[in-house]
Amino acid sequence: MLKTFKIGGVHPPENKLSKDKKIEVLPLPKTVFIPVAQHIGAPATPVVKKGDEVKVGQVIAQSSSFVSTNIHSSVSGKVTKVDFSADSSGYPKQGIFIAVDGDEWIEGIDRSEDLVKEISVDGPEIVKKIQEAGIVGLGGATFPTHVKLVPPKGMKAEVLLINGVECEPYLTSDHRLMLEKADEIMVGIQLLMKAMGVDKAVIGIENNKPDAIKLLNEKCSAYKGVSVQPLKVQYPQGGEKQLINAVTGKEVPSGALPIAVGAVVSNVGTAFAVYEAIQKNKPLFERVVTVTGKGLEKPSNFLVRVGTATSELIEAAGGVPENTGKIISGGPMMGRAIASLDVPVTKGTSGLLLIQEEESKREEIQACIRCSRCTSVCPMGLEPYLLMTLGEKQIFDRAENERIMDCIECGSCSYTCPSSRPLLDYIRFGKGKVGAMIRSRKK
Amino acid sequence: MSKLLTVSPSPHVHSSESTQKIMLRVVYAMIPAMLWGIYMFGLDAVRVGLISILSCLAIEFLIQKYIMKVKPSITDGSALITGVLLAFNVPVSLPWWIIIIGAIAAMGVGKLSFGGLGSNVFNPALVGRVFLLISFPVQMTSWPATRMMSVDSVSAATPLAVIKEGIKNGIPVSQLQGLPDLSDMAIGFNNGSMGEISAILLIIGGLYMLWKKVITWQTPVSIILTVLVVSGIFWLINPEMYVNPVYHVITGGLMLGAIFMATDMVTSPMTGKGQLIYGVGIGLITISIRMFGAYPEGISFAILIMNAFVPLINMYVKPKRFGGQ
Repeated sequence: MLKTFKIGGVHPPENKLSKDKKIEVLPLPKTVFIPVAQHIGAPATPVVKKGDEVKVGQVIAQSSSFVSTNIHSSVSGKVTKVDFSADSSGYPKQGIFIAVDGDEWIEGIDRSEDLVKEISVDGPEIVKKIQEAGIVGLGGATFPTHVKLVPPKGMKAEVLLINGVECEPYLTSDHRLMLEKADEIMVGIQLLMKAMGVDKAVIGIENNKPDAIKLLNEKCSAYKGVSVQPLKVQYPQGGEKQLINAVTGKEVPSGALPIAVGAVVSNVGTAFAVYEAIQKNKPLFERVVTVTGKGLEKPSNFLVRVGTATSELIEAAGGVPENTGKIISGGPMMGRAIASLDVPVTKGTSGLLLIQEEESKREEIQACIRCSRCTSVCPMGLEPYLLMTLGEKQIFDRAENERIMDCIECGSCSYTCPSSRPLLDYIRFGKGKVGAMIRSRKK
Repeated sequence: MSKLLTVSPSPHVHSSESTQKIMLRVVYAMIPAMLWGIYMFGLDAVRVGLISILSCLAIEFLIQKYIMKVKPSITDGSALITGVLLAFNVPVSLPWWIIIIGAIAAMGVGKLSFGGLGSNVFNPALVGRVFLLISFPVQMTSWPATRMMSVDSVSAATPLAVIKEGIKNGIPVSQLQGLPDLSDMAIGFNNGSMGEISAILLIIGGLYMLWKKVITWQTPVSIILTVLVVSGIFWLINPEMYVNPVYHVITGGLMLGAIFMATDMVTSPMTGKGQLIYGVGIGLITISIRMFGAYPEGISFAILIMNAFVPLINMYVKPKRFGGQ
């Protein structure tokens, strides 16, 4: 029996159309828009102004607090303006516009393909470099990585879990990275282990990626303390708490961080970025993005500079098909629908998914027939039908008691509801209100 | 690209499951028992079935359109299920107008007065059946002969009615007249209402629904086990006075109730644990009515009584939360 998490879960059609497509380097765009808030935490502060010449890898916005991170230029050229424009949230966000001119990198970045295995820095140095290189969780949550590596007082990390699950349907960027950059990821894992001071790391990979499981398993013999754990395909296994539960059997207590059970979770993409930052001196300014969809001519995996407009990626994959109804930044279960193709790729963009017209419309809402499917698929053991009603009727104190804040917004409830009820929509609304209630109590 | 894109919150994909599909699966599961009823009772079963189904659909349509003034939802399949279940639960000799009254009670009182599908507290078909049982006790307990009986017998008592008479008059089980063999009863050669007679075909329907994830095992299994255990204890103490527990399980609509009525999603608890409590409650009430009550059967009343406790069960029995407490 393959391991998986214990409560709930769904298995949507996987549709990994681009799993056999090698990572291609996307041609440089003419302009980029680099938002200063690409991570959870305080936005970075711009340190360049209109007219400044910048190089690839140069810091253009400075981390403004501990839970924040640096933003680097992904291109060389001239800053045309520092202004607001919509990111994938749809809201105008501050960012830096750069007109691209050539491809000149800052001094000191090792651009060769050679694998650097030897680790010559100590733990605190690694954390410091990760912070400087602007590394955040590349699975999509974009939590600054250096914060995770420093456990709160009195807590100790025991194991590093590497998330190679990629449980979202369609997405293949992590899969391809594992196949094409296996050694680099392994060295990145060693670096993270050293930074945390642990001697054990487990890479969790779902069983629908047998090639990645096999390859990384082979690599494990050369890297001490690292092992691969194949997992049964089950959404949302890539969720931090679900992955910890699947691999270690432990449950992170309600409201607590993974470190409470001695675990720290990092994505394979993050491990790769850590490798590049420490061994190659290269800050985070590009990432692998899957561009996919059923009607798309060439579903692809691209290595993309941060700030590149969505339109450029879709053009390279064959252009927007006629019957496209919706474009999603991220996967179909948790991604965000974007309103415009000007939205830039950011550190957290794992994929772009084009959904056809007929699949993009929601079905008519019908009455709840109390089938309890939402309750049985909820990976947090909540009762979505009840939380929806409490949100709808604005009974927020009861919603808090029913643990609405535990919801990880994976969407399994809405996915599975036979009556097409907007469960998660109302739960999000309720979470917003309950979250505000809790914050005002703390004041 | 000039066209506007759809923007809506995640998730952006949905399962192909629908309310209508779930309801239709329940109907498919009832087909074996329905065909057996038609085989045993002939055209009378067809007559009762058609009147019941058509009147349930018509009543839902009329009330929704002209009284509630909402879009009629008769295509969702739930009124069809109520129609079939009501027909399953009455003698096939029932006059047409009584069936229509039953349908009005089921759909109008049992379902739509609460707001329609999903909002009703009690199983609509059982509301209809119990309404008729109390209002028309004679017609509701006259069971016509099946094709297996001799031509000159126009009606016959159900096995449970025979047992009840025995308990009332103190006749030992061994001397009871007209109690069919257990194996005959399991297959469905006994008397009763159209849908209740064949335990085996009802179980086949139940297994289909389990496979298709329309029902969960907790409710039917806990009802059946509770009835078996409690009636088994009585039987062990005094086998002369109390019948073999298997009788209780395969007669009197217990299978029909446990598999098709108590498992109704709308009126049963939301968690597995809750369903166990609910099932044990139904089992205990059923066997109490059968042994000590005025009615030979008891599952209908038992389900309706436990239906009333479902909101309470849902309030206090919570699923296992991730992260403890």
